[in-house]
Amino acid sequence: MRLWIVGLFVALVALLAVGLTLNPRQVPSPLIGKPAPPFELPLLHQPDKTFTQKDMLGQVWILNVWASWCPPCLVEHPVVTDLARSAPVVGLNYKDAREDALPWLARHGDPYRISVQDAAGRIAIDYGVYGVPETYVIDQKGVIRLKHIGPLTPEDANEKIRPLLKELGARG
Amino acid sequence: MARLLFVALLGWALAAPADEAFERRVSSLAHELRCLVCQNQTIADSNAPLAVDLRNQIREQLAAGKSERDVRAFMVERYGDFVLYRPPLKVSTVLLWAGPFLLLLTGAAILLARLRRRPPEPQLSPEERARAARLLE
Repeated sequence: MRLWIVGLFVALVALLAVGLTLNPRQVPSPLIGKPAPPFELPLLHQPDKTFTQKDMLGQVWILNVWASWCPPCLVEHPVVTDLARSAPVVGLNYKDAREDALPWLARHGDPYRISVQDAAGRIAIDYGVYGVPETYVIDQKGVIRLKHIGPLTPEDANEKIRPLLKELGARG
Repeated sequence: MARLLFVALLGWALAAPADEAFERRVSSLAHELRCLVCQNQTIADSNAPLAVDLRNQIREQLAAGKSERDVRAFMVERYGDFVLYRPPLKVSTVLLWAGPFLLLLTGAAILLARLRRRPPEPQLSPEERARAARLLE
């Protein structure tokens, strides 16, 4: 009798312990394995030109959502810069002003192959963005293979992103 | 100036479509969707910029003639089931829905078992009964 009460207690503690190690911020995205939502957005550097996700078909690429007002974006910036050597990175400048974003890139370096501007944040909603920075890996067929929420650490890059890029056959 | 004011007021009167029912629909839908930025609030309660954007999405989509179900599907497609405060019944959520009832049944079963196993009340002889009554006086 006593024994199974102890057993029940241990099971409850184990359940709660597992719960504590889970990160509630990492909500599994329903977009994994789905085609990247379509968009056509103005280029950050040349607002009269546009870019669409279709322009990247046939390549493995990284979509990085960032903003100049977002401190964690600055934290992950060296990691993004480093990843840009393994695959083309497209920067999606989220709810930001061009006059803030361009100096930010000038000051901290511009790792992006292409930068687009989502001033209203409408496209970011299609990508399920809720915590900038966010990073997506998209394959040759335009399918989302990975979504990372929050700043990328060097470990994320080396243990999650790079192996996937390699598996997909990305070229820098 | 007066004319400008009149036009502005007219515009306001027209733009506020005496549509309380519509606003109620927007609000009730906003109350069942989770704000992912501040996870324990609904997007109706939260003032996070994303919550404001999503409230506007709800308003726009309902205004465009979409149903509540369409808007819910729109949110789930992007943010997953987590966005719903009332999660759907699925294989992965069975424990969530059935768990409390399982716990209740388990508790009831334990209670019943213990009640049955309780030793019978001690029987008192008439003398003992009389003595107890005297002691209690």
